[in-house]
Order: sequence, then C-alpha cells, then structure tokens
Amino acid sequence: MGNGTNIGRVRGLGSAKSGTHHWLLQRFTAAGNILLVLWMIISILRMPGLDYESVRTWLSAPLVAVPMMLMLISVFWHLRLGLQVMIEDYVHEDGLKFGVFVLLNFYAIGGAALGIFAIAKIAFTGAPAA
Amino acid sequence: MAISILHRVTGDGMAIVGAASVVWWLVAAASGKEAYDSFLGHATSWYGYVVMIGLTWAFFQHLFSGLRHLVLDVGAGYELKTNKSWSLLIPVAAIAVTAMIWFSILAGKI
Repeated sequence: MGNGTNIGRVRGLGSAKSGTHHWLLQRFTAAGNILLVLWMIISILRMPGLDYESVRTWLSAPLVAVPMMLMLISVFWHLRLGLQVMIEDYVHEDGLKFGVFVLLNFYAIGGAALGIFAIAKIAFTGAPAA
Repeated sequence: MAISILHRVTGDGMAIVGAASVVWWLVAAASGKEAYDSFLGHATSWYGYVVMIGLTWAFFQHLFSGLRHLVLDVGAGYELKTNKSWSLLIPVAAIAVTAMIWFSILAGKI
C-alpha cells in the first residue's frame, strides 16, 4: 500500500480492513445452497419412505453421498458467515465476542465434519443387508 | 424492513435448528437402527412436525428473500413500486409453497 496518492492511502482500509471476501463467500455459498438444499428437499419428498433401510440405501449411492457432503459444506459455511454477522451486530464486548466466535467455529466445523463422516460411513459400509 | 428481519430470523433459526437436525438425522442413520428409530420417534411426534413445518417455511422465506438480495446486488429492483411488490409477494409465496408441500405430505400424496 502506497502513501503517495489518495487512492493508495485508502485502499484496503475500510472499517474492518476487509469485507468483500466475506460478502462474496456469502453469495457463493448461497448459490450452492439454492442448488443443493432444493435437490435434497425434492429427493426426500420423492423417496419411497424415510425408514432406516430406505434412508441408508439412498445415502449409500455415490450420486447422493457426494452432493449431500457438498450440501453440508455449503450450508455450514453459509451459516458460519451469517451467524458471524449476527454476532457482530449484537455482541459488542470484545472478550465475549471472541468466546462466541470460538463456539461458532466449533459448531460450524464440528457439525459439518460430523455430518460428512456419517454420510461417508453409510456410503462405505453400504446399505443394511437385512 | 420486515422482509429483512425475517431473512435474519429464518437464517439464524435454520442455522441452529435446521442444520443441527439434519446432522442428527445423518448421524442417527449412521449409528444403527435403534438410534435411527429414536430420531424418527422425535421427528414424527407433534413437536417434530412443528419443527419440520417451521423449517420448510423458514427455508422458502429465506430462499425467496435471498433471491431478492441477489437481484438487488446487481443494482436492479430499487424502484419503489417494484421493490414493494416483491417484498409483499415473498411472504405470500413462502407460505403458499410450505402449505402446498405439507398438505401433499399429510394427504399422503407424496
């Protein structure tokens, strides 16, 4: 960053020093959510039943397991960004804000990891034999 | 303003209740029949239906107002009349789609 010209002095110096990245990611993940969550809702509505066997058989297909994993990444990423904005708006004490962000990251990454592992386990161990 | 508030409320609601419920469903399916049946017991109880119908509405409300955001992002739809008609249409459409889906499910057509 230069200090010679006016534009050089203000470049990258918004109130939070960044933000476009967050804003863009919110939109990229929104696009992913539109596609993947709508697909999931339609798939669930079209399933013959939501009992144990039907759901495991459905989740063990590669073309279901992979989009479901991508759906979790897109949704948890999007909610991680969205909840961050809410926290920034309502939590003003720095120490508390730090703590809440730690919890948010645990929730977003932990939730996505747990869901992805569950799908992987079903996909790799296959539909129930009986 | 109401649409903006609803966007945040439905988003934060789904972020906590919706995402956690989907993960619970997946983990239950991965953990065995007993865990899955316990999940189904909650999902098909009266409060399970309340949550699922609520999440369906929240999803479509958030989807439609989110699409409106994407349109506004490209600089379109700021004319007062256009802007107002879309904000009035969004909650009606979200309730209509939710009602359509759940009437079909409860009538056994899906």
